[in-house]
Amino acid sequence: MSWKRFFRRSQADAELVQEMESYLAEEMDENLARGMSREEARRRAYVKLGNPQQVREGLWQQNTLSAADSLLRDLKYAVRTLARSPGFTVIAVLVMALGIGANVALFTVVRSVLLKPLPFEDPDRLMMISEAGASDSPNHPVAGGIYAEWKKQNRSFADLAIVGSAEMNLSGLGKPGAGSQLPEQIQGANWSWNTLHVLGIQPALGRDFTAEDDTSPANGTVLLSWGLWKRRFGGDPAILNQTIYLNTRAYTVIGILPAWFSYPDTSTQLWTPIYHDNPEAAMLVLDNHQFQVIGRLRPGFTAEQGRSELSVLTRRVHNQHMDDPFVSLGANIRPLLEDIVGDIRKPLYVLLAATSCVLLIACLNVANLLVARAASRSKELAIRTALGGGRLRLLRERLVESFVLTAAGGACGLLLAYGAVAWLVSTRQDMARIEAVHIDGVVALFTAGLIALCAVFAGLISSTSIKDQQLLGSLQESARGSSTGQGRASLRRTLLALQVGLTVVLLVTAGLLLKSYQRIRSADVGCITQNVLTMRLSLFGARYQDPAQQVNFYIRLLDRVRALSGVTAAGFADAVPGQGYWGDTGFKVVEHPPLPIGRGLFAIDRSVDPGYFAAIGIPLLRGHGLDPSKRLNLANEVVISKLFADRYLPNEDPLNKHLITLDGHLFTIVGIVGDTRYSIATEPVPMQYFSLYAGLSNRGSLVIRSNRDVAMLATPIQRIVQELDRDMPVSDVLTMEQLLGDSTHDQSFSATLLLAFAALSLVLAGVGLFGVLSYLVAQRTSEIGIRIALGAQRTQVLRLMLLDGLKPAIFGLLLGLIASAGTVRLIRSMLYETQPLDPAVFLIVTVALLFVAGLACVLPAWRASRLDPMQALRAE
Amino acid sequence: MLKGTLDMMILRTLVTGDAHGHTIAKVIEHTSEDVLEVEQGSLYPALHRLEDRGWLSSYWGLSENNRKAKFYRLTETGRKQLIHETNRWRQMARAIGLVMGEYVMGEKTLAGENDL
Repeated sequence: MSWKRFFRRSQADAELVQEMESYLAEEMDENLARGMSREEARRRAYVKLGNPQQVREGLWQQNTLSAADSLLRDLKYAVRTLARSPGFTVIAVLVMALGIGANVALFTVVRSVLLKPLPFEDPDRLMMISEAGASDSPNHPVAGGIYAEWKKQNRSFADLAIVGSAEMNLSGLGKPGAGSQLPEQIQGANWSWNTLHVLGIQPALGRDFTAEDDTSPANGTVLLSWGLWKRRFGGDPAILNQTIYLNTRAYTVIGILPAWFSYPDTSTQLWTPIYHDNPEAAMLVLDNHQFQVIGRLRPGFTAEQGRSELSVLTRRVHNQHMDDPFVSLGANIRPLLEDIVGDIRKPLYVLLAATSCVLLIACLNVANLLVARAASRSKELAIRTALGGGRLRLLRERLVESFVLTAAGGACGLLLAYGAVAWLVSTRQDMARIEAVHIDGVVALFTAGLIALCAVFAGLISSTSIKDQQLLGSLQESARGSSTGQGRASLRRTLLALQVGLTVVLLVTAGLLLKSYQRIRSADVGCITQNVLTMRLSLFGARYQDPAQQVNFYIRLLDRVRALSGVTAAGFADAVPGQGYWGDTGFKVVEHPPLPIGRGLFAIDRSVDPGYFAAIGIPLLRGHGLDPSKRLNLANEVVISKLFADRYLPNEDPLNKHLITLDGHLFTIVGIVGDTRYSIATEPVPMQYFSLYAGLSNRGSLVIRSNRDVAMLATPIQRIVQELDRDMPVSDVLTMEQLLGDSTHDQSFSATLLLAFAALSLVLAGVGLFGVLSYLVAQRTSEIGIRIALGAQRTQVLRLMLLDGLKPAIFGLLLGLIASAGTVRLIRSMLYETQPLDPAVFLIVTVALLFVAGLACVLPAWRASRLDPMQALRAE
Repeated sequence: MLKGTLDMMILRTLVTGDAHGHTIAKVIEHTSEDVLEVEQGSLYPALHRLEDRGWLSSYWGLSENNRKAKFYRLTETGRKQLIHETNRWRQMARAIGLVMGEYVMGEKTLAGENDL
C-alpha cells in the first residue's frame, strides 16, 4: 500500500474496472472463437474472472491506511454533525477564538519583550551598575568621578561605559537660523565612546566614535537613530560627514544606528560623546549622581563578584571623602535586560495569567458544550455501545470533534491575535522594546500547541461522561421514561462552577486594578489640573551662556505671554508635577547642630519663576513667595513644601531659617507651599523651590493658566517663542490633564485589558449557564410536564428551575471569592491606595455575577414554566 | 496455489516480454498444461501488489485484438526478485521432495523405497 494510491484510490479503481473489462472482452473473444454462443461466451468469461465487485473491494481495502482512513471519516463525520447544529458550533468556535486569540497576542508580546534576549552580543554578561547607600534609594545614578574610579581600578569587567541623557535643540539643516527646516527639541544621550563596543553592536551606516572623538578639544561628532535619519534627513546616506547644529554647536554626523536599536530608552534619537560635551571637572565630581553605567562582565566573573569589587572601590572613595555625606557607600548591579524591561514585567505576567484564565474558561465551556451534546445523543451512543462500538472509538470521536472546534477557533483566534498585536504596536510605542513585537514561526507553533492542548483537554473532560454503566443506564432510563443523565448533569454543574470561579477571580483582579487606576487618576497631585497648558523649552548655546541672558529671555517671554488675552497667569519651572523626579539636592540647616559625618538631608529641588505657584495653583500656606524684583544674584530665597517643613524642621518656625546647599550657597526660607507629587503614582516628598533667576536651570516647562480653552493658546505662544528666538523649539505641548494622563498610561493599559478579559469571561460564564440550564430543561421536559399536569403552579416550576441553574453559579461564586482573596495578594504591588480585599470591589463583582447568572437562567426557566403538559408528555 | 507462488509465476511470465492480465493468466495456464488455473479474483490484486513494490511497471497499450489494455513490464528490481524467489522455490521444492522420499535431482532417498 502506498500513500500515492491512498490518495488516488478512485482513479485506481476506475483503471481497474477498465482493466477487467478488457480482460472480459479478451476472454469472450476466445470463447466465441471456440464456438460458444454470445450469451454463453459472456457467462463463461464472468465465471472465470470471478466477482468484479469483490476484486475492486479487495484492492480498495489493500490501498487503505485503516487508521488514517477512519480518522478522515471521523473528521468528516465531526464536521457534518457540527454543521447540523450551527448555533452550538458558532458559540464554541467563538469561545475558542477569543480564548486562543487573547493568549497568542499576549504570548507574542511577552516573548518578544521579556523572553527574547536583547539583540546585543552575549547579553547575559551585560550589567547595569548603580550606586548604593548615600540616600534611601538603593539604585542611585552614578557620579562621574565614581565611574572614573571604577573604570580605572576594576578587574571584573572587560569594559565599562557611562551614559547620560540630554535634551538638545536641533537646528534646521545648515547654520542656525539659515535653514528652512523648523528647529526641534530632541531627546538625546551622551555616552563614552566605547558604549556601542560594550553593547557589542555596530552602526548600520558610517562609523562608531573613537577615543579621540570623546575629548573636549575634538570636533563634535554625532550618531543618529534610524528613525531620525529617515524622518528628518530623508534617509539620505549623504548626511554622513555633514554638519548639523545641536544647541547651536556644530556636530559632524558620523554614523546611523540600526533601526531596532534603542538605548537608553526608545525616545532617544541621537548620541554624542560624553567627555566632549561635558566639562572635565563635572565628569570627576563624586557626589553628583546623574549617569547610567553599563559594564560587560569578563568571562569567568560572576555578577556578585563584580558587585562586591565595585562596592569595595566605592567604599574606599567614600572613606577618603568623609566630609562629603553624598558620596555613595557601595554599588548595585543587575542584568541590563532586567533593567530595560523591569517595569513592564509584572503587568505583563498578570495579563498573561489573566488570558490563561480566559483560555481555561473557554476550554471548560467547550467541554461543557460537548457534554451537553453527548447527553442529547446519549441514546445513539448507548445503542452504539450495545452493538459493540468500543469506548476508545467513542473517545476518539469526541477528541476529533473537540479538535475540529478548537482548530477552527484557533484559526480565527490567530487572526484576532494578529489584529490585536498590530493595534498594540501602534498604540504603545512608548513600551520598552515594542519594536521587537511581531507574530513569527514560534508564535504559530505556540498556537498549534495551544490548539492541541485545548482539544485534548476539552475532549477528555467531556468524555469522562462516557461510562459503560452510564450508557447502559441511559438505555434503561429511556425505557422507563424518567429524567435522565444525572451523572452528566453533575459533571456539567462542576465544570460550570469552576468556570464561574475563575471568572470571579478575573473580575476581582480587574476590579482592583481599575479602582487603583481611578485612584491614581483622581489623585491630588497638589496643583490645579484644569485649563493649564505646559510646554517645554531649553536655553542652549552661545546666546544663553551667561545666566543674565537666560533670565532676560525668561522675563521677556513671560511678559509677552501674560499680555496675551485669555492668559490669567503664567510661570516657568524646570519640572512641573507629574513630569518626574528631575534631581534632588543635599543641604544642611544652618540653625541646626551639625549632622554626624556621612549623613545628609535631601529634598527634590525645583527652579521656578515667582509666578509659577499662582500659574499652576500650588497654595501658599505661610510666609510669602519668591520675590520677582530680586534678580539674579540677589535671589537667595527659598520656598519649601509643607512636608519639607514637617520632616526637617519639626516643632519650630521654618520661616527665616537658612539652608546651605551642597555647593555652599546660602538661602533663606521665606515661605511654605502645599505638597505636590513629582509623579502621579508616588507619594509626595519634601521639595524646595529656588528662584529661576538664580540662573540654576536652562530648561523647563512654561505653565499657562487661562479662563477659557487653554489649548487655543498653544499656537500664539509658540509664535512668541519663535519671535524671541527663531532657533528655539518647544516640545511636549500638553495640558496638565494630558500630561498626567500620559504618566498613567501603563496603569490604564493593564486595567483596560484586564477589564476586557474579565468582561469576556463573564460573557462566557453567562453562555455556559444558559447552556446548562437549557439542557436541564430539555432533559426534564417530561418530569415538568407531569408536575404541571398534577397541578404544580407555574411560578413553582420557575423557582425550581431558577434554583437549579443558580446553585452551581453560587457555588462557583463562593469558590471564586475564596480563591480571589488568595490571588489578589500577588498583585498588591500594582495597586495604588487600594486594599487587596477591597469590599466594594468584591461586592460589585458578586452583584454583577449574580445578575448575569440570573439573566442566563431566566429564559430557560421561563420556557420550562410555559411548557404545555400534554405536549411534553406526548413528546416522550 | 501456494502462497507467494503466483507472484513468482507472474514475474517469470513477464521475463519473455510485456503482457496484459489476460495474457499472463493464459500463459500460466498453458505452460502448466492447464493444471494451474489462475483465479482471476487473485490475479489483479497480485499485479497491483507487485507494482506497488516496484517489481512491475505498467502502461496502457493496445492488445493483439486492438483493445485498450493495461500492460505490465518487469522492472530491474523485479528481475532480481524473480531470481531470489526462484532460488528459494528450488530449495523449498527440494526439501519437500526429500521429506516425501522422492528422487530429487538424481539423488535417491535414504529410505530407498518407492512404495508410498
